[in-house]
Amino acid sequence: MADVTFTVDGKKLAAPAGTLLIDACRKAGIEIPAFCYYPGLSLQAACRMCVVRQEKVGKLQTACTTAVAEGQVFITESDEIAQARKATLQLLLGNHPLDCPVCDAGGECELQDMTFKYGAGESLYTEAKHHRDEQQWSPAVFYDRPRCILCYRCVRMCGEGMDVWALGIQNRGSSSVIAPNNGNQLDCEQCGMCIDVCPVGALTSGSYRYKTRPWEMKHVSTVCTHCADGCKVTLGIRQSNDGSEIVRADNRDKSGINNDFLCAKGRFGFDFVENPERLNRPLVRNAQGELEPATWDHALRFAAAKLREIRDARGGSSIGVIGSNTTTNEENYLLQKFARVVLQTNNIDHTRTADYAAFAAALEGQTEKTASLRDTESAPAILLVGGNPTEEHPLLAWNLRTNVRLNKARLYVANNRPIKLERQARAALRLNAEDYAKLPALLESGASDLAKAVLGEESILLIFGQEYRGKDLASLVAWGLRRGNVRFACLGDHANSRGAADMGLLPDRLPGFVSCRDAGPFATEYAGMPTDSGMAQPEMFAAAAKGELGALLVVGANPAAEFGLDRTKLGSTFTIVQDIFQTETAALADVVFPAASLYEKTGTVTNTYGDVQLVLKGADRAGVKSDFEILVRLAGAMGVDVKTLVPFGKRAVTADLGQSRGAQAGEADRHAVWLAANDLEPKLSPFDPLAVLDEIERLVPGYRLDRLSLFGGNDVPTEPGFVAVTALTGQDLVAPAHDGLFTSGTLSRYSPALQDLKRHQTPAPAEAAAD
Amino acid sequence: MPRLVSHPDEVKIVTSRFGKGAADIDRYVEMGGYAAARKCLEQGPDWIINEMKASNLRGRGGAGFPTGMKWSFVPKQSAKPKYVLVNGDESEPGTCKDHLIFLHDPHAVIEGAMIAGIAIGAKVGFIYLRGEYRYLLEIMEKAVADAYAKGFLGKNIFGSDTEFQVITQSGAGAYEVGEESALMESLEGKRGVPRIKPPFPAVVGLYGGPTVINNAETIATVPHVITMGGPAYAAVGTERNGGTRLFGLSGHVERPGVYELPMGYNLKKMIYEVGGGVRGGRKLKAVVPGGSSTPVLLPEEIETLGMDFDQVGKAGSMLGSGGVVVLDDQTCIVEFALRTISFYQHESCGWCIPCREGTDWLKKSLTRFHAGFGVEKDIDNIQYLAQNMLGRTFCPLGDAAAMPTLGFVKKFRKEFEDHLNGKPCPFAKHVDLAVV
Amino acid sequence: MSRQEMGKETMTVFSPQLAARFDALVEKYPVRRSALVPMLLYAQDEVGYVSDAVIAEVAERIGITELEVRNVATYYSMLRFKPGGKFNVQVCTNISCMLRGAYELFERFQEELGVGHKGVTADGVFSLEEVECIGACCWAPAIQVNYDFHDELAPDSVPSILAEYRGKAAGQGVTPHA
Repeated sequence: MADVTFTVDGKKLAAPAGTLLIDACRKAGIEIPAFCYYPGLSLQAACRMCVVRQEKVGKLQTACTTAVAEGQVFITESDEIAQARKATLQLLLGNHPLDCPVCDAGGECELQDMTFKYGAGESLYTEAKHHRDEQQWSPAVFYDRPRCILCYRCVRMCGEGMDVWALGIQNRGSSSVIAPNNGNQLDCEQCGMCIDVCPVGALTSGSYRYKTRPWEMKHVSTVCTHCADGCKVTLGIRQSNDGSEIVRADNRDKSGINNDFLCAKGRFGFDFVENPERLNRPLVRNAQGELEPATWDHALRFAAAKLREIRDARGGSSIGVIGSNTTTNEENYLLQKFARVVLQTNNIDHTRTADYAAFAAALEGQTEKTASLRDTESAPAILLVGGNPTEEHPLLAWNLRTNVRLNKARLYVANNRPIKLERQARAALRLNAEDYAKLPALLESGASDLAKAVLGEESILLIFGQEYRGKDLASLVAWGLRRGNVRFACLGDHANSRGAADMGLLPDRLPGFVSCRDAGPFATEYAGMPTDSGMAQPEMFAAAAKGELGALLVVGANPAAEFGLDRTKLGSTFTIVQDIFQTETAALADVVFPAASLYEKTGTVTNTYGDVQLVLKGADRAGVKSDFEILVRLAGAMGVDVKTLVPFGKRAVTADLGQSRGAQAGEADRHAVWLAANDLEPKLSPFDPLAVLDEIERLVPGYRLDRLSLFGGNDVPTEPGFVAVTALTGQDLVAPAHDGLFTSGTLSRYSPALQDLKRHQTPAPAEAAAD
Repeated sequence: MPRLVSHPDEVKIVTSRFGKGAADIDRYVEMGGYAAARKCLEQGPDWIINEMKASNLRGRGGAGFPTGMKWSFVPKQSAKPKYVLVNGDESEPGTCKDHLIFLHDPHAVIEGAMIAGIAIGAKVGFIYLRGEYRYLLEIMEKAVADAYAKGFLGKNIFGSDTEFQVITQSGAGAYEVGEESALMESLEGKRGVPRIKPPFPAVVGLYGGPTVINNAETIATVPHVITMGGPAYAAVGTERNGGTRLFGLSGHVERPGVYELPMGYNLKKMIYEVGGGVRGGRKLKAVVPGGSSTPVLLPEEIETLGMDFDQVGKAGSMLGSGGVVVLDDQTCIVEFALRTISFYQHESCGWCIPCREGTDWLKKSLTRFHAGFGVEKDIDNIQYLAQNMLGRTFCPLGDAAAMPTLGFVKKFRKEFEDHLNGKPCPFAKHVDLAVV
Repeated sequence: MSRQEMGKETMTVFSPQLAARFDALVEKYPVRRSALVPMLLYAQDEVGYVSDAVIAEVAERIGITELEVRNVATYYSMLRFKPGGKFNVQVCTNISCMLRGAYELFERFQEELGVGHKGVTADGVFSLEEVECIGACCWAPAIQVNYDFHDELAPDSVPSILAEYRGKAAGQGVTPHA
């Protein structure tokens, strides 16, 4: 719509006709207070805090329901308005318990902030306040009615935002309460969004309540370690006896790729970090065949000596390396470089949860054909084939719902089973599992409502699940490229499975899916690396069973559980495991190194859409080291010049070392971001993963990153490959995890919070009818 | 059975068929019933709306919005079906006029709805009665069934090619549902919470379609307006206040009842002549002129007060629903104020802060005050509180609670002061009020 | 699956007459949900209160969640969630009735029945409630017993009113609602 001009507090503003005054003002930097208004949710006009004076209108008007029109004049702050807001606050405080000193929201409470601003510091009323006991609705959600100001944000977020509709409002007047859907229990996705939007301390988090005060925490924004959507999550960190602990995870600044959203895993599934079963000392198998604690020095020297001995005696091809889907790009890059350059082997693999290599191959020579996760919140037409985003990609599901609700986007769903997102779909097509391959033909035929509608769309965002691999994936992408105006997204699992593939944790692919045979720049960079394809995971284990695998290095993976390995099947293979927990695989190892989790390290990760984000070290734990540091130390102990692995200290330091930084912490932070973005940050340590990021950018096609944006905490898109990917591994090695809302591979087993939520949401066995 | 009353000053238009068996469709037709609707079918929408405008009929629910104008706001073309909605959720304390209309003249409601339907091009009309009026709903349901049986309602009303269906509906206890958009919510099976306006019902109303919603008395008046002709109806009342009004005289009056009097009828005369004066020959203390939400008037304010929307408005109160509640000199104003605010506290839907919290605190404060535990500052606080509800709430219920409270405190401050500091209520009859 | 698809043998908490009435009621409006408020009231008339089973069946008949039914049901003051008496005595004490002795009337009912506001007599025949305006202001003080109006009352009218309903209860062989 055309812009109209209007005046707010004497300032001329312009906005499209019909824009809500509150939005127009916020865009122009004029903050209008509100409790019930929440961008993107339906309007309530219930809290009456956003009242403003409109010229020639008798009553104060609510800015949240006033659509701007040409020539209007508004006043948003005046004595009259301040008085009205103050009186509303006084009314609220009349029944609101002043338990701020113990309230979780204390210090982060919108009611506190407003009271501070409008000075409703005097209590006019002496009447007793209404009291109701606090209720626990689920392991994750507690409700304290006396603190509730009935803004209905939670109800709308749960219904409109999540499409769960688990919260209601019952009774009326001052007896009104927010009520859960299952008696006094909440039967829902346990996303905790209701807690997030609550402006006061009425809804509190089971994992955080009464633990600390907000100002006692340091807030670190990083990337969630669970699914492959890569939500930004803010960790609340507090000093503890053995480092610093995570006391909370939430979506505090809402500046990430996930906007307002965070799911149960991101919000509550951080507690594996604090699990007492965490490994915190290296373990080495002793003469009795038992794993016993060892010093880092001993364990590293022992492992390094064995690796060197096996490599030198039996050749690199007798060593296997298995990488992780949850370690950083820098770690994955370093791991494959270590394997190829130091261990002299291409036997490197990881558990593939999607066929990213086929995806890259299908897009050979194409640019700007892949979709960022951000595109899913704005694309006018989306075709979702396979997968079940509600369970497996909660942020994608949120974006699609939001896009349909707010932008009237048209969603088309083709699946072999009913999925919840069909509720938002314009058309849905039921496929047999074996018909996924025929989808391009089905679309071309125009034989279904969905096909007709899709053919009629000007542009399409095509999102496909793990049902598509190899040839099927190639033909689906080919259909899209033929049709034109199609962007693609390929869904996989885990926080950095895309990064693992992009960084070349593959037996035949170097970083950027460059072929080992035709290694391009890597031929010189990785001088002496083997050029034949190595073994994939199943081949490695077959070799091990035959006694042909001399050594196995497993980083952040649990193949023993996946492939049913045991000590007999591994034979005499010398096994080194880097992990957070004593997993089934770690239990089989000869040497175990305790690793840091993704929340305890710095680096970058790539979500399944190819968006790269910065991971920042939040927590710290005594005794563990990042996988990056472990690898560097292992290489060092093997006698490698670590500078050949990690290009640290190479550059002449031209930037100042802090002399010019301001005294203010914030200023120093911005200074650091700028230095890092411009590659002026001196990388003085071989354990600085960002030194490797420089090399990734230099060598990996598609990883040309906008560093200022990346280091500023934003998501930065990549392109998948653009190099000839000819020989694909013949076998289909894709094994989707199918994690649900409360599972996350091995990690969720160590998260009591996710275990509790899963139990809460698992229906009890049907009881015989009691009546 | 509610007692019917009569007085020579009455001008019986809407009540003309009361007590004459008009609930029977044949009796109704004998008395000229459904002729107005037939005439409207012939004359068409523009003619109807002109007659309505000329009649100066203003909404009988309380707001007094000109009915003809309201109907003219409905767009002629609409993608969604249009509806007529009869508001029979009569719940304003002091008001029981619609009760008699449903009881004695149900077909007038059907005929009025039908005429509104013809005027705006609606094929469906809803008649919503408060849940407590079950016996009246049954009377209405029978009347509707009879009208269908006669072919007066249905696909082809009176054999024409015009369709009009009537659906009756019961509420289940909620004053707030009397607010037009809250009534639509309730009729859609939701909590009776008002909607954000704009859009107004004439554009986006029931089920999202353009909707005319009128009070039951307004609708029952419509056939009479058509029969008499707009100007003739207007001539009965005063300037801009056409026709008659059903005034419900209640409280401390000798002959309480529902009287149909011309608009502009003097209030003092209404109490002393029509109503037979204050009960037991006592002195008049105050009058609530138009239902419990209208600010109280003192005896000296009613001497020359004509009961129409404009004159009562000028006197600082409102004509409202026409429920005139008379208070004698033995009435405790604090107790009366408390009972009034208790009602609004009970009925506040809870949607917006000023009404939800404000009515609650006013009730708590006045309860304590009436019990003798008030202090000087409370009077100012009560006033401050009410003042800050006024015009700040989501819907008029907040105003309905604040306005009378302000009136009581302003006009009877002395009596409030007499309750302070442990003094017993000078009029005490019972110790404390049961809390609803 | 809708009730129609499930066939007539579907379990219902309502009498066949009421179930049939509800089958028709949901079809009466442009949207099924419009039947919700009256349905709850009619269900209460028969069952005695809005029980969990009533909520479940109404939700299913209309095709909305039980939570939505509860949200709506708890809004309306005539609906109750615990059994009342066979005859619910509702005494209006709002202004017009108050001015003409409603509280004295209400006190008399309390004395005669031995229960207070929202109380139920031990035999389950009566429950008592102080209610807001019932629309009988000009015939004050007025009460409703279930849906029957009784107006222009005095405290001394109380015994005969109660006797009338006790007689009805005896005639019907009323037992308290479970």
